[in-house]
Amino acid sequence: MDYIIEVKGLTKRFGSFAAVDGISFAVRRGEIFGFLGANGAGKTTAMRMLCGLSFPTEGSGMVAGFDVMTQGEQIKRHIGYMSQRFSLYEDLTVYENMELFGGIYGMKQADIASRSRELLDRINFADHKDDLVQSLPLGWRQKLAFMVATMHSPEIVFLDEPTGGVDPITRRQFWDLIRGAARQGTAIFVTTHYMDEAAYCDRITIMVDGRIKALDAPSALMQQLEAKNMNEVFVKLCR
Amino acid sequence: MLHILRDKRTMLVVLVIPLILIVLFGFTVTTDVNNIKVMACAPHRSHSVSEAVNHIQASPYFDFRGFVDACDIDRMLRTGQVSAVVVFASDYSSSGSYQMLFDGADVNTASTSQAYLQSVLAGSAAASPFDVHMLYNPQMKSSYNFVPGIMGMIFMLICAMMTSISIVREKETGTMEVLLVSPVKPLYIIISKMVPYLLLSLINLAIILLLAYYMLDVPMAGGVGGIVLVSFIYLVLALALGMMVSNMVQSQIAALLISAMVMMMPVIIFSGMMFPIENLPWALRWISYVIPPRWYIDAMRKLMIEGVALCDVVLEVGILLAETVALMAAATKKFNDRLEQKGVNFKIL
Repeated sequence: MDYIIEVKGLTKRFGSFAAVDGISFAVRRGEIFGFLGANGAGKTTAMRMLCGLSFPTEGSGMVAGFDVMTQGEQIKRHIGYMSQRFSLYEDLTVYENMELFGGIYGMKQADIASRSRELLDRINFADHKDDLVQSLPLGWRQKLAFMVATMHSPEIVFLDEPTGGVDPITRRQFWDLIRGAARQGTAIFVTTHYMDEAAYCDRITIMVDGRIKALDAPSALMQQLEAKNMNEVFVKLCR
Repeated sequence: MLHILRDKRTMLVVLVIPLILIVLFGFTVTTDVNNIKVMACAPHRSHSVSEAVNHIQASPYFDFRGFVDACDIDRMLRTGQVSAVVVFASDYSSSGSYQMLFDGADVNTASTSQAYLQSVLAGSAAASPFDVHMLYNPQMKSSYNFVPGIMGMIFMLICAMMTSISIVREKETGTMEVLLVSPVKPLYIIISKMVPYLLLSLINLAIILLLAYYMLDVPMAGGVGGIVLVSFIYLVLALALGMMVSNMVQSQIAALLISAMVMMMPVIIFSGMMFPIENLPWALRWISYVIPPRWYIDAMRKLMIEGVALCDVVLEVGILLAETVALMAAATKKFNDRLEQKGVNFKIL
């Protein structure tokens, strides 16, 4: 099996407190991998280690074929990232944002032009290419942020609570985008608080106090715990 | 980056404030005193008295309001109709002795007018005991003193304050997080944040120098090249300082406060712009030695007014350069540390 992320015993300690305590899992190429947990369970810390932003205290991990301990810079080159806060430049236009991030990832001008056209067409947004991001509603901005995160065709995209504060319809559209990207072979690593979204994932993990409490397909988890929906699964595990 | 230009408010602050400051300080906030209302009191109006009065009348600094009786002097000063009265002794023509009375409520005006009056009257007196020459600034124009001071202050304001806000703003909006996850090197982020402000500041420098030269008649005696070079070093230094502040704090408000309180106040107080450094208590004087604007303003005064060559300000420039390098290193270091510390913050959340 070809894994895009492979993690063994990953641990991050701050002093005596272990924010992430020896987690192990693997993510396949093109898989939508849900990363769930209560606030403060260590999701963000784990994600930061996988993105090459912080070094693990212990354990090992490979992301896109690079070691999280030593090759943080190469990892950054091969992943896309979208944070829970809206993170485009509001005083730049849609296209300028794409240009900027394409440039940051070392894309050529011609590639940026063709890739951004392709992405904007996918969300039927080509007409608004020269609009200031400021003027767009939040739902559109989030979709755009996802597009920008996939500008450089990364092998895996990390989404940190991408749909916070977005209405249900836009959330549905957003997940259609995510699934579209996954079908094209991009692995998606997503954290979320919405349990209905967890059902969209191929597999999910639930983190409790820095440890992985469960890891399986959503339907399998529901069966195991005899829960009617994901909400129940979450509550049963976290209690 | 382009988005600085889009931000109209920033542009306004950056380009208009220096203009306002330089005109304000250059013209209004001067220690020059013009149109001092003066009266004379002379029991015996001899030829030499009227000669002295003519001198006063001829001076642009004074507004001569005529003669006054000795018993009215107090009332005139008290009601503020005049701010100075010269009392000529009855034997003025032979002894040249006179008394000057000032409205001491406004200390600055009083002491300045005293100096003016003395020099005017000394010129008229047959034999003046001293021959006073003010080198480099014969008219004692205060704009000569203020322009280098304002330059030191404005660049601190724009470079340090604006850059400190710029990075923190990215932290607040969340774009910084994305930049950090991208393969861009921290040093590169810092530089690309600095370059636009550096360009803006250079435009500013040009505006200030032009204004100073054409409107305030400040001589560029030491040559423009030296002035620009030293200013450039100072700009980079201020930018680095701003970077460091913004790497330390988490919100724009905090960045603004730190820039204003921690940087502006010492600049004004310790740089020798307002108060002579020599007058400071020794502890504070030592502090002033570390403050970059002090050296910059010193160097600017020498270059602009005294007209020395660049090699005569080597000490000032050297110190500025050393401080620039140190601050740059510190700012980059802090930036790197931040990445690890972020994890700690998340733990608390």
